[in-house]
Amino acid sequence: MKKSVSLLLAAVLCTGLFAGCAGTETASSTAGASSQEAASQTEESRAEASEGGETVDLSGTVSTNGSTSMEEVMMGLTEYFKEKYPNITVTYDPTGSGTGIQQATAGSCDIGLSSRALKQEELDGGLTETVVAKDGIAIVVNKENTVAELTVEQITKIATGEIANWSEVGGPDMEIAFIGREAGSGTRGAFEELTGTEDACSYAQELTSTGAVRTAVSTTPGAIGYISLSSLDDSVTALKVKADDASPAVECTEETVLDGSYAIQRPFVFATKSDAALSEAAQAFYDFALSEEAAEIYTEAGVVPAN
Amino acid sequence: MKRIPKGEGQTGIAPKTKSIRAAFEKGMNVLFFLCGAVAVLFVLFISVYLIVSGIPAIREIGLADFLFGQVWKSTAKEPQFGILPFILTSVYGTAGAIVVGVPIGFLTAVYLSKAASPKIAAVIRTAVELLSGIPSVVYGLIGMTILVPAIRTAFGLSSGATLLAAIVVLAIMVLPYIISVSETALCAVPKEYEEGSLALGATEMETYFRVSVPAASSGIAAAVVLGVGRAIGEAMAVMMVAGNVANMPSLLESVRFLTTAVASEMSYSAGLQRQALFSIALVLFLFIMMINAVLAILLKKGKKS
Repeated sequence: MKKSVSLLLAAVLCTGLFAGCAGTETASSTAGASSQEAASQTEESRAEASEGGETVDLSGTVSTNGSTSMEEVMMGLTEYFKEKYPNITVTYDPTGSGTGIQQATAGSCDIGLSSRALKQEELDGGLTETVVAKDGIAIVVNKENTVAELTVEQITKIATGEIANWSEVGGPDMEIAFIGREAGSGTRGAFEELTGTEDACSYAQELTSTGAVRTAVSTTPGAIGYISLSSLDDSVTALKVKADDASPAVECTEETVLDGSYAIQRPFVFATKSDAALSEAAQAFYDFALSEEAAEIYTEAGVVPAN
Repeated sequence: MKRIPKGEGQTGIAPKTKSIRAAFEKGMNVLFFLCGAVAVLFVLFISVYLIVSGIPAIREIGLADFLFGQVWKSTAKEPQFGILPFILTSVYGTAGAIVVGVPIGFLTAVYLSKAASPKIAAVIRTAVELLSGIPSVVYGLIGMTILVPAIRTAFGLSSGATLLAAIVVLAIMVLPYIISVSETALCAVPKEYEEGSLALGATEMETYFRVSVPAASSGIAAAVVLGVGRAIGEAMAVMMVAGNVANMPSLLESVRFLTTAVASEMSYSAGLQRQALFSIALVLFLFIMMINAVLAILLKKGKKS
C-alpha cells in the first residue's frame, strides 16, 4: 500500500513538472502587457534618479503619436533610449496610423508613427517617411500539406471562408481550418489589414498566442494560420506567397521582407516634417531608432530592422 | 467538541492571572473576528468592484442587446457586443459535462461507499483525490494534444477544437467533486436503514439504490450542483480545447465560453471592449452566485431531513 502511494506521489510530481511548462507558456502572453507597465514605471524613476554614467546630457521632450501596432517597438525604443538620454522624455500616444500622420502634418507631434506606407497625398502634405522596421507575417500550414504556394487573393478567400477545401487551391481533398489570433492582437490586425479581410474572417480557432497558433497548425493536417516572421520555426511550413497570379512565389524570410518582394508585410514608418528640422531631442531619438543598437530591439519585438 | 463546564479549571487560580487570562481571551477573540472579517471583506470588495465596473458597458450597449445579442465583434469598426453565444455555450457545455460526468461519478460513489472491498476502494479513492489535484492547465494541455486530434479524426472535421472536446474535458474535471461529495453523503446514511432493508429480504443492490441513495439524495444533489459550479467557472482548460470562436454553440463547432471570452481578450482590450469584458465577468459572477444559493438551499434541506 505504502509503495503504491509513493508511486502515485511520484506521478503527481511528474504532472507537476508538466504543469510548470504549460503555465509559463500561457503566462508569457500576459507578460507582455505587464512588462510594458513596468517599463513605463521604471522610465519615470530613472528620469529622476540617473545622472552621470554613460549618458548624454541632452534634455527635452519628444512626442510621438500614431500606430497602435508599433506599441511594442516604441516601448522597447523608449526604454533603451532613456538609458542613454536620461533627461529626454519620450511620449507615445497610440492613436492609430491615420491620426499619427495627421498630427505630424499639423506639427502637433515631433514624430508621427505609421504602420503603413504613406500615401502620395500625405507625402505631398509636407512629410518625409523613414522606414525603421518591417513587419512580415508568415502564412503557415501543416507539414503534411502538399500546397507550397498561394496568391494573396487565395489567402484572402481562405480567410473569409470562400475557399473551404485544399483541393480548390491544388492540394489534397481536405477541409481547411483557418486558425488565427484573438481580437485585438497586433498580428491579427496586420494580417486582416494586409489581406483586406477586416471583420470578415471566418476562423476555426482563435488562440491567444503565436505559440498556440503554431502548435495548433502543426497538429492539424488541414490547418492554415498566420504568425509573425520572428516566431517561425520548422514545426510548420511557411508558404511561398505570390502578390498576384503573374508574380513569382516568394518565400517569407528576413531578406524578402526587407527588399519588399514578400507581399504580406508592412513597414513601420517614422513620419517627420520635410520643411522643418527636428528638435535636438527628437533628432537624437530619430537617430537612435535607426542605429545599430536599436536593431536588437526590433528583433526582440518580432519585426525586421530596416538597417 | 465538548464544552468545558463553567467553573472547571478556575478553581485555585489567583485573581491576577485570572484577569490576564480574560484579557488574553478577549484579545484572541478580536483576532479571530478580524481573520473572519478578511474573507467577508474580500467577497464584498470583489462583488462591489464587479458591479461598479460591469454596469457602465451594459448601460451603453443596452441590457437586451448585451444579453441577447447573437454577434460578438468587439474590435470591428462598428463593434457588436452580444454575449448570448457565450451564455448558451457555458450553459450547454456545463450541462453536457454534467450529463456525462454525473452517471459515472454517482455510480463510482455508490461502488466506493457500499460495494467495493476496502483495498480496491482505497486505490480508487486515492486516484480520485489525485484527479482533483491535477491543475486545469494540464487537462487543457492533454486535451489539446490528444483529445482534439482524436475528435478531428473521429468526426472527419477540419479542426477538432469543439464544444464536444470542452464537454469531455469538463466532465473529467467535475468527476472528483461529484464522487467525493456523493460518497460522503452515502457514507453518512445510518447503518440501521440498510440493515433493516437487508433483514426484510431485499438484495444488496436493492438496498443501495432503494434505501441508501434516497436517504442521501440531498447530498448527491449538492454534489451535482458543486460540479456545475466547477464546470461553469473553468477557464484555462476549455480555452485550450474549445477553439474560442464566438459562434452560437453547436456540438462540433468551435465555441467560446463566458470565462474564455473574458480571458482571451483581456490582454489587448481597451475602452468599451474592456468594460464589456467586465460585464461578462459580472454575468458569470451572477451565475455562480445563483448556483451557490441553490447549493446552500440543498445542504440546508439535507440537514433538516
